[in-house]
Amino acid sequence: MLVYYLDLAVRSLRRNRVLTVLMVLALALGIGASITTLTVLRLLSGDPLPQKSARLFYPQLDPSPKNSAIDSNGRLPRTMGYVDAMNLLHAHRATRQAVMALTQAKIMPPQAHAHPFFSDGVMTTADFFAMFDAGFQYGSGWSATDDEGGSQVVVIASFLNDKLFDGADSVGRMVRLNDHDFRVVGVLKPWAPQPRFYTLGLGGDHYGDGDAVFLPLKAARALKMGPQDTECYQAVDDFTHLETAPCQWLGLWVELDDSSAVASYRRFLDGYVKEQVALGRFQRTDSSLLDLMGWLRDQHVVPDDVRLQVYLAFGFLLICVVNTVGLLLAKCLRRSQEIGVRRALGATRREIFVQFMVEASIVGLAGGALGLAFAELGLFGIRHQPAQYAHLAHLDPAMFAFTFVVALVASLIAGLLPAWRACLLAPAPQLKAM
Amino acid sequence: MDIRPILASLRRHRIPALLIVLEIALACAVLCNAVFMISQRVASIHLPNAIDEAGIAEVTLNGTDPELAGSDIPRNLAALRGLPGVQAAAVVSTLPLSQNNWGWGFGTKPGDALTDRSSRNVSMYFLGSGGDAALGLQVLEGRSFNDGDYADSHFDKSPLPETHVVLVTRSLAGKMWPGQPAVGKTLYATPHYYTVIGVVADVLRPYIGDANSPANYDAAFFPMSAAGSKGALSHYVVRSAPRDRDRLVREAEQKIADLNPGGVAHGRGYPEIRRRYFADMSSMAWMLVLVCVVMLAVTAFGIVGLTSFWVNQRRRQIGIRRAVGASRAHILQYFQTENFLLSTGGVALGMALAFGINVYLMHRYEMARMPWFYLPAGAIALWLIGQASVLGPALRAAAVPPVVATRSA
Repeated sequence: MLVYYLDLAVRSLRRNRVLTVLMVLALALGIGASITTLTVLRLLSGDPLPQKSARLFYPQLDPSPKNSAIDSNGRLPRTMGYVDAMNLLHAHRATRQAVMALTQAKIMPPQAHAHPFFSDGVMTTADFFAMFDAGFQYGSGWSATDDEGGSQVVVIASFLNDKLFDGADSVGRMVRLNDHDFRVVGVLKPWAPQPRFYTLGLGGDHYGDGDAVFLPLKAARALKMGPQDTECYQAVDDFTHLETAPCQWLGLWVELDDSSAVASYRRFLDGYVKEQVALGRFQRTDSSLLDLMGWLRDQHVVPDDVRLQVYLAFGFLLICVVNTVGLLLAKCLRRSQEIGVRRALGATRREIFVQFMVEASIVGLAGGALGLAFAELGLFGIRHQPAQYAHLAHLDPAMFAFTFVVALVASLIAGLLPAWRACLLAPAPQLKAM
Repeated sequence: MDIRPILASLRRHRIPALLIVLEIALACAVLCNAVFMISQRVASIHLPNAIDEAGIAEVTLNGTDPELAGSDIPRNLAALRGLPGVQAAAVVSTLPLSQNNWGWGFGTKPGDALTDRSSRNVSMYFLGSGGDAALGLQVLEGRSFNDGDYADSHFDKSPLPETHVVLVTRSLAGKMWPGQPAVGKTLYATPHYYTVIGVVADVLRPYIGDANSPANYDAAFFPMSAAGSKGALSHYVVRSAPRDRDRLVREAEQKIADLNPGGVAHGRGYPEIRRRYFADMSSMAWMLVLVCVVMLAVTAFGIVGLTSFWVNQRRRQIGIRRAVGASRAHILQYFQTENFLLSTGGVALGMALAFGINVYLMHRYEMARMPWFYLPAGAIALWLIGQASVLGPALRAAAVPPVVATRSA
């Protein structure tokens, strides 16, 4: 029976080619726009470390004086000062912990006559790699002893290793950074979580390529490498020693294995803040411990424009669906006589209803297929946009399947009303009019 | 024209009529909001900025030894001034819209410090000797920096410069000292204080908010000597006639790179800085334009499709009307009026919807209130689209010959 309906539907669609093309095209445009924007939204709001994110937490505290002008709507500062970051780091209350700041590193390639260039770098501490699941192609990270001793060692990204050493095992070789030699201790496998959660609040891009070099904080600071972003909460006497200035420029991440560890870390953090108040260093007792996804939401990592685009695309899809309802309805009303004949020959209402729904779903699937093409085109367009995330925009299999579900649902909703009207038609008046 | 027969006929086609109304309403709501969003972005992209944007080429130089700035900077500038077509050259700390921002809180009373509530966050520009002329700053009141101001200024350990003079933008002067002349007043960031010696036309900050954000021009300019700059001066600005600019970007970058083999030089024309800053915004604006155009096309085709079917369905009635004396103009008018009524219903609903969406977006996102005139403008646009798309089917209807009346359907 279904084959017969399909045959009927195709015949009916072929009878009004222009109209069919119009319906399919409108639906496809709506679906293409929706899927394109939804893919971008999914990409931007994704989990950067799905296997780990629930165990990573970002502590915040507030050393600024009460009644300070620097008080952005009761929100806590995004970064920490050196003293607090080091106190919390050295307390070792979490399974792993690392502090970090971003920097720009001037790299001098070993090749003769090569020009120096700047790359994104992270100044951090030993646990960074294990905590963030950054795997090593060669070598390993550095140790806590290297942190304290200020060793001039470096971990480089695989793309930098390709560029400087043609991808060879470069462990033990020297890289010239900001006119000083650093010994390579490890080369990472390609590692660039999106969004770049650990750069939030530190002044870096939220999406895009990973960092090129990872340096021990103390060694980098000894060479006067500066953080990308610094926020001061009091008048500063000596800006050349950021470690003691009333300024915040470090992010601290901690890894906590279960809810009891989280609860005890919260208590520890709360105790630390109270202790600082008692010591007279702090005036405020607020602190916070957001998990990774919570921190991404808190920092509005997904640009508002991207959400607006999704709303807009779905508004557009709605218009396309209404449009398709109208056109299908008009088509079906025109075929009242045909329906009358079929009903008179014994077709039940149910059968008429199914017949029209089949027709609508053919429109939907065609719209979905074409919509997929439009989505690919849209994503191709986005890849050529200047946005940081542009080159990440690809259709994934889940979205591919989702396209057809959206298309089918949209067309079935669009077909519902016409099919309902068609099956309600009484056969007799239609036959009389013939 | 009597609209009663039209209403009677619409009542018999309630669902298709409702669908047209709904489609027009949705299109109107989306159109008003999208056009408003486009206009806001266009306003941002074209924010005025009182420097010589068309004539500025810039080379950033990083990675050199700050201790040597006292001798490097004069040498680099002398080389740049030797390039053909250069009218002025200087080194500055940052440029408007470069995203490289150095902000601090300043107050107007002695003792005002960073942490005081009355302090205002201001972006600081440090200008090397001749920076005012190289940027093309327009001094509105007072004077600009003289050689003594430049020579006396340096950085010590504080993030604030050791100098006693400052230039402020007109917007900042108006907010700091409303209704009073700013020249001669003092900006305080205890323990530092600076005397305002001049007011310049509004220059954008390195990093700005929305188009209508009041703080976009809160900027101040400080003199800075090359020797005392501690690496803060890294943007070489070369001013020329606009036609020489792109050539100078290449030549200046080459010159600076050759002179400083240990540093990294990167040249850009100022228009590129502005384009980069607003790149996301302008691609969003273009996307909105695209969606609007396609959406209106879909709406128009929807109206054409539905009306065509109506006309076909009513060929016999039209024939009868023609046979009993209606002229072609009458038939044409009938369909046009019908569409006008449907559009009116649609835009009435659409304007309410557009307003609702705007209010929602205002609460949810940092969106401004849509000015009222967007609503009638959107309504008129959809009326016109409705009339244009109904014209084809209506003309076909008017062409139905009266003899159709004598045939059976």
